[in-house]
Amino acid sequence: MSKILNVTQLGKTYASGNKTLTVLEDVSFSIDTGETFAIVGPSGSGKTTLLGLCAGLDQTDQGTVHLCGVALNELNEDERALLRNREVGFIFQNFQLLPTLTALENVAVPLELQGQKNTHGIAAELLEKVGLQDRKHHYPSQLSGGEQQRVALARAFSSTPSILFADEPTGNLDSETGQKVVELLFDLNKEAGTTLVIVTHDMELAQKTQRILKLKGGKVVTEENQKL
Amino acid sequence: MGTNRLKGKTHFHWILKMAWRDGRASGKRLLLFIGSIVLGIAAVVSIQSFSENLKDNIALQSKALMGADYRIDSNQPPSTKVQAIIDSLGGANAKSIGFPSMAVFPKNGNTKLVGIRGVEPGYPFYGDLETNPEEAAQTYHKENTALVDATVMLQFNLKVGDSVKIGNTMFSIAGSLVSAPGSNGVSASIAPPIWIPYQSVQSTGLVQTGSRIRYEYYFLANAKQNLEELDKVVDPQLDVENADLDTHLSTGQRLGRNYANFGNFLNLVAFIALLLGCVGIASSVHIYIKEKLRSVAVLKCLGATRNQTFLIYLVQIAAMGFLGGVLGVLAGIGLQYVFPSLLQDYLPFELEIGFVPQAVIVGLVLGVLMSVLFALSPLMGTWFVSPLQVLRVQEDNRAQSLETKFLVLGAIVLFVFGFAFWLLGRWDFALYFVLGILFVFLVLGGVAAGFMRLVKRFFPTQWGFAARQSILNLFRPNNQTLVLVLAIGVGTFLISTLYFTKDVLLSRTAVEATAKTPNLVLMDVQTNEKEAAAARIKASGMEVLNNIPIITMRMHQIKDRPVRELILDTTRTVNRWILQHEFRVTYRDYLANSETTVAGTWPADNQADVIPISLSENVAKDAKVEVGDRLVFNVQGVLMETVVAHIRTVDWAQMQINFSIIFPSGILENAPQFHVLTTNAANPEASADLQRKLVKQFPTVSIIDLRQVLQVVEGILGKISWVINFMAFFSILTGIIVLIGSVRNSKYQRIKESVLLRTLGAKGNQILRISALEYLFLGLLGTVLGVLLALCCSFLLARFVFDSVFVPSWQPFVIVLPLITLLVVVIGLWNSKTVISSPPLAVLRKETT
Repeated sequence: MSKILNVTQLGKTYASGNKTLTVLEDVSFSIDTGETFAIVGPSGSGKTTLLGLCAGLDQTDQGTVHLCGVALNELNEDERALLRNREVGFIFQNFQLLPTLTALENVAVPLELQGQKNTHGIAAELLEKVGLQDRKHHYPSQLSGGEQQRVALARAFSSTPSILFADEPTGNLDSETGQKVVELLFDLNKEAGTTLVIVTHDMELAQKTQRILKLKGGKVVTEENQKL
Repeated sequence: MGTNRLKGKTHFHWILKMAWRDGRASGKRLLLFIGSIVLGIAAVVSIQSFSENLKDNIALQSKALMGADYRIDSNQPPSTKVQAIIDSLGGANAKSIGFPSMAVFPKNGNTKLVGIRGVEPGYPFYGDLETNPEEAAQTYHKENTALVDATVMLQFNLKVGDSVKIGNTMFSIAGSLVSAPGSNGVSASIAPPIWIPYQSVQSTGLVQTGSRIRYEYYFLANAKQNLEELDKVVDPQLDVENADLDTHLSTGQRLGRNYANFGNFLNLVAFIALLLGCVGIASSVHIYIKEKLRSVAVLKCLGATRNQTFLIYLVQIAAMGFLGGVLGVLAGIGLQYVFPSLLQDYLPFELEIGFVPQAVIVGLVLGVLMSVLFALSPLMGTWFVSPLQVLRVQEDNRAQSLETKFLVLGAIVLFVFGFAFWLLGRWDFALYFVLGILFVFLVLGGVAAGFMRLVKRFFPTQWGFAARQSILNLFRPNNQTLVLVLAIGVGTFLISTLYFTKDVLLSRTAVEATAKTPNLVLMDVQTNEKEAAAARIKASGMEVLNNIPIITMRMHQIKDRPVRELILDTTRTVNRWILQHEFRVTYRDYLANSETTVAGTWPADNQADVIPISLSENVAKDAKVEVGDRLVFNVQGVLMETVVAHIRTVDWAQMQINFSIIFPSGILENAPQFHVLTTNAANPEASADLQRKLVKQFPTVSIIDLRQVLQVVEGILGKISWVINFMAFFSILTGIIVLIGSVRNSKYQRIKESVLLRTLGAKGNQILRISALEYLFLGLLGTVLGVLLALCCSFLLARFVFDSVFVPSWQPFVIVLPLITLLVVVIGLWNSKTVISSPPLAVLRKETT
């Protein structure tokens, strides 16, 4: 099976006052196409930084990241944006919907960026799949947290990405709503056959994936396969 | 997948769609932004349209104002040379003789100083001689008939067919004169016109040697005649003969100059209104874009390029600018129709207001340009937003490069300079304006930064919770000190500058009327009539307020060069009027209220060989002389050698008798002279009674009833003040809207902190106290700095632009300063209102989306 994400000896440091803070050090792993994968670890272990680097949201200091066969450090910011638009979907802990756009428009944005036709038709179908067909003309402020995350799910799958990154997708939801969102996430993922990378500290959620990478203090502690 | 595939296109259609979607949901926040543009553009468009209309009307009507294409005039009968020039030009098409005289109306025995004009048929060739009845404009050319000023007809209850006695001749009134070329409100009030046939002038017996008579010769130009060239060639030849050539073009220019100061002020209002608009745009866009940075990060995360995200907001701001421009242009066009109805009495012609495409285009371009330029700096921020912000809040975006910042700043400075130059037409003034504005920004920014450091260093740890929180808000991250001190400071500065300069202009035109203010002036009182005239005034129970001797003289020699030689010298620097003017000079030993010493000492020593004299500043400047230079005067045939001992400024605007040249007493007492006596008549009846008695006793004395002149002048000044106040108010309104916008926008900066405090249990009044104190500190700092800077700037404006003495008005200190501070505090508290009246979570969800 081909590798959709290949991370080699990745390192990242930040300047903090006069000191240099090492957030990631010598991280290497790879993910197969269609695989579900979890990155876990306590707060401050570098999970979100790792997700940012893998999705091309930030630049690496050391090592390389190959996403969909492309070395991210060889791309400029706009080329990385285009790669994200074509190949990557995102789900964030705090939903990150555009507040001035309706639910339908939010879902349509990635398709519009690709220059596709019938964007609203596709977006409406996806909203129906996540059970929000009656809420498509509502603004994010008029939706509950669970509804907002479902809009975010529809948006993430709208451009049929090759890989989907989810950063603590249930972190801002109560357990019942979180449970429903997770079920929806895995159902949609299964249907689309997308590679799924989840960053979480919730072991229960992580155990739903095929592989788990444990981080601590910016280093890989273990990498284990799950028996699903 | 290879990198060669990663080439994206900017779909402009999508950018327009996103700009519309985002703008649609942000309408309320953009209202103040559009308001700033609308008011700024409206002021610019109305003032520019009005000025253009005024200029066009003056140009169009300059022929009608003169009644001919050009004219030659002189205060003496034409010399052989002048007559030869007139003949060489094909002879005058019409001529007139004019002089002031007292007219007697036998019907009721009333008298009045009038301006007699004996006119040949045909004149005016352009414009209308409006009479009532209409045919009187033609019929008055019959022997011994006259047209009498319409106001005088009303004043003395005269009818067509009644008589008027001028000199020795009785004239029958053919009609009333409603309007005639070349007369305006003020001169007509001093000496209302009476037109008589040219051939009847001699019979009045008033044209004698020594009379003040003006001879005018009117010409029609042929199609090929170049009037500018004619003026250049013929005028110097006429100068030598004490005659003058005026073309209708120069009349238009002169008329235009009359409105120069008024126009300058209106331009200042336009400049300030637009600057206030720019401040409004800058401050509202700054916070608006800051709010949008999270959305920008999300869009980038979803695959939008830097170009796309930048363009979404650029298009949105430009569209808002265009919309504001359209609304501003419409408001401005509406507003310019207000001016003429207010100024009609001041203008000697009917002003037709028309559509000025230039002002409309400029308004629309300015709307877009000012919006984009002043939004450019915050807009550039979208370029540097990292998509990583969707994962974690980064306080500092990747810093904008210094180059970009300087480029934007340079473009803004160039815009302000270009606009100032367009308005003022002088690059040096435009440069000073830009430097002044930059200085103001530097001072405000510098003081705000220094203030933050001081507060941080000397933080009052012992103060209570609310006070400490409010002080903390002034310097902690995400503070609004710099932005608000700049916005409040610049707003107050511009508003106060308008207040100060408005008062400088209005104080110049104020007319003080007290019992000691002369309102009746007796001109041309001969020395042998002086005592008797004074006795007549006293006998009527009035006081002689002034008894001023007047001696007429001409310059004979300036700094050892004879005037005749200077007139022929084409390289001379001395102004022409000095060489040919008949000066009316007085003598006294004191400085009047309207005068201030500029150089030298008051001429007291009259025993010296050379007579020390005092010159007004304008005469000294035009004659190119300084203290110590020698002048020789021709005093009716006698040459008198003098030295400039003293130079003074004269406030000519004050309604009193002022002089350019003053001799010390003891020199001119025996020279042929006449006198001007003034008095104050308490009411119109007393004034009329005294005038009747004086005219009967002294037929050659001219009397000016200043009561009427003062009324006309007061009326005109009242209207000018109204326009000045109205336009100033308009700009001030822009300033207040900008301030409301700036402070209101800061609400979004504080809302999360306030909600957090509320969540932690802070009481409503604690939140209010924190807000009130923070805005009070910011308001006070901004307004105090603004008023002080305005004081310096207004002094410079008064001195160099309006050429006036600067007397600071108290209003900015007593009204503007506390009111703006109060306004800032009230809006600050209003900002916190939603935080204390709703549950914290509801506020967060409502205000942050």
